[in-house]
Amino acid sequence: MNNPAYFGEFGGMFVPELLVPALKQLENEFNKSQTDPAFQAELEKLLNEYAGRPTPLTLTRNLIKNPKVKLYLKREDLLHGGAHKTNQVLGQALLTQRMGKKQVIAETGAGQHGVATALACALLGLKCRIYMGAKDVARQQPNVFRMKLMGAEVIPVTAGSGTLKDAVNEALRDWSANYKEAHYLLGTAAGPHPFPTIVREFQKVIGEEAKQQVLKAEGRLPDAVLACVGGGSNAIGMFTDFIDEPSVKLIGVEPAGKGLDTHEHGATICKGTKGILHGTYTYIMQNDDGQIEESYSVSAGLDYPAVGPQHAFLHETGRAQYVGITDTEALEAFQLLAKNEGIIPALESSHALAYALKYAEQQTEESILVVNLSGRGDKDLSHVMDVLSKGDQL
Amino acid sequence: MSQTAIQKTDRYGKMFARLSELNQGAFVPFVTIGDPNKELSVEIIKSLIDGGADGLELGIPFSDPIADGPVIQAANIRALKVNINTQDCFDIIKQVRQYNADIPIGLLLYSNLVFKRGLEAFYQDAKAVGVDSILVADVPLHESKMFRKAAMSNGIDPIFIATPNAPDDTLRECASYGRGYTYLLSRAGVTGTETKAQMPATSIVTKLKEYHSAPALLGFGISTPDDVKAALNAGAAGAISGSAVVKIIEANLDTPQAMLSGLQQFVASMKAATAL
Repeated sequence: MNNPAYFGEFGGMFVPELLVPALKQLENEFNKSQTDPAFQAELEKLLNEYAGRPTPLTLTRNLIKNPKVKLYLKREDLLHGGAHKTNQVLGQALLTQRMGKKQVIAETGAGQHGVATALACALLGLKCRIYMGAKDVARQQPNVFRMKLMGAEVIPVTAGSGTLKDAVNEALRDWSANYKEAHYLLGTAAGPHPFPTIVREFQKVIGEEAKQQVLKAEGRLPDAVLACVGGGSNAIGMFTDFIDEPSVKLIGVEPAGKGLDTHEHGATICKGTKGILHGTYTYIMQNDDGQIEESYSVSAGLDYPAVGPQHAFLHETGRAQYVGITDTEALEAFQLLAKNEGIIPALESSHALAYALKYAEQQTEESILVVNLSGRGDKDLSHVMDVLSKGDQL
Repeated sequence: MSQTAIQKTDRYGKMFARLSELNQGAFVPFVTIGDPNKELSVEIIKSLIDGGADGLELGIPFSDPIADGPVIQAANIRALKVNINTQDCFDIIKQVRQYNADIPIGLLLYSNLVFKRGLEAFYQDAKAVGVDSILVADVPLHESKMFRKAAMSNGIDPIFIATPNAPDDTLRECASYGRGYTYLLSRAGVTGTETKAQMPATSIVTKLKEYHSAPALLGFGISTPDDVKAALNAGAAGAISGSAVVKIIEANLDTPQAMLSGLQQFVASMKAATAL
């Protein structure tokens, strides 16, 4: 009964038959790598000496006005590459080598996963091609340049809406033709089995470190941990080591875009319905006929019309709570963190932070909160300047 | 459980029996339903029948067709642009079925469309309009239990894909769970004529026969009469051609009469290559 491809009813491997052998090979190699001390040692060495783990846990000094609340930030923004993405990319790149494959296929939205994939491939001598929606290529020129600098080929996708979901489609098509030589290095904890499990296992280091760091600083577990959820990789990385600690609330923050009551958001758990996209049964954004709808968020990294199946399960069972934060709220939190703490967060992470600020105000008991500051905001500067100058908010 | 490979009562069984008497292989064209619009789509499918198609493989348009190459993706987008939905597709099939009572009609689509309507409802509705088989492109054998059940309980043949990279166990399952016909691939990748079918598919065909599968139709990369001949020479019972057909639609969007006659001629030329 315990099918590793499923989290309750969610998950699975809904892909063309052609891709099944490649996914099974990946699952098999991943399982073997988990109990292979040499693999684990190599990964740990890369994480520590190349990527900069462990990342610090920072107690905010000025941001929180409620004297009963302590807010800690898990500083994935300080990881090499500027976001948590690097953790799992290094893991999958090592798996690629382990499978004897020399090429990597990846998709990217804003370009963060693409940049992370490009750096891992440069480091490990893998040939890398990255599919990116044509609209995103135009919007994210600095990241396109970063990828190219590190030797990746960036392939613009014009089919469909020319955004992340179409880049995923194109990567899957490429993989269908080239699975013998190439690994598909999927960027989040979604997609067909075994990706949600692999990405979780390579990201759970975030929560493991945070737990030890809070215990050391406070002598007790936090009351809540918060993370933003697009596909859900940084959130599942933060949550995993706390799932069996019932006193710790798990809060996932989805992009509410222009509002949950509008059509312009990416809050798939809050507002979506069950269905299949990109190989997994989960919550998705779709119309009455089952056609996939476009998601929207000011933050490109959260702009995806599905969500990792384990998040769907954590929601269904009530173990985690999922809420929405609008563009405006996220932009406010972005500025508040910069002004009060001297840290410029990614717009993605600003969603988690914005909800933490709301949540902090409501607390009447002593509370310790941990926000996964999943990435830094340098990549968002020109976009935020544009948005703020239009709204005269500065 | 032993199964006879060909069920004489169904349309596929009758088609294969008839072709076997004529000493011919099957030619099955594919188009996306509703491409480029509802009215013309009906005429397009009729022209395929008039050209001599032995069976039809029809796609329901989907926003994210991951198993399809650029030509069929574009057909999906054209159909969705004019708001074709699943019910429209069933309406079109109903008209086709009224036009021809005997030709086997297969549906090829993606799982979310089935899920959204509900599995039972989807297969029931498909049966009601005259569909014979359903292939769900993103449901591999090991995830197919619910789909198979819904198919069998509603008298629809579940179709599975025999791939060149499948382990023997998977081919065995493909043979035992599939009905109607077996969709045979001789190469990796997605639909399209950019990459030719890679002959010979002989070794998979031999295994499928050994496992008593439903007759194999070779798809992906079939665009010329020579491709059809090569498929039959490899032991397939016929060939399916999609992108080459859809290209004729794409090239004649402004000239529907030329489109319809072009389709009819193309099917006739492919059908002519099925003589054994």
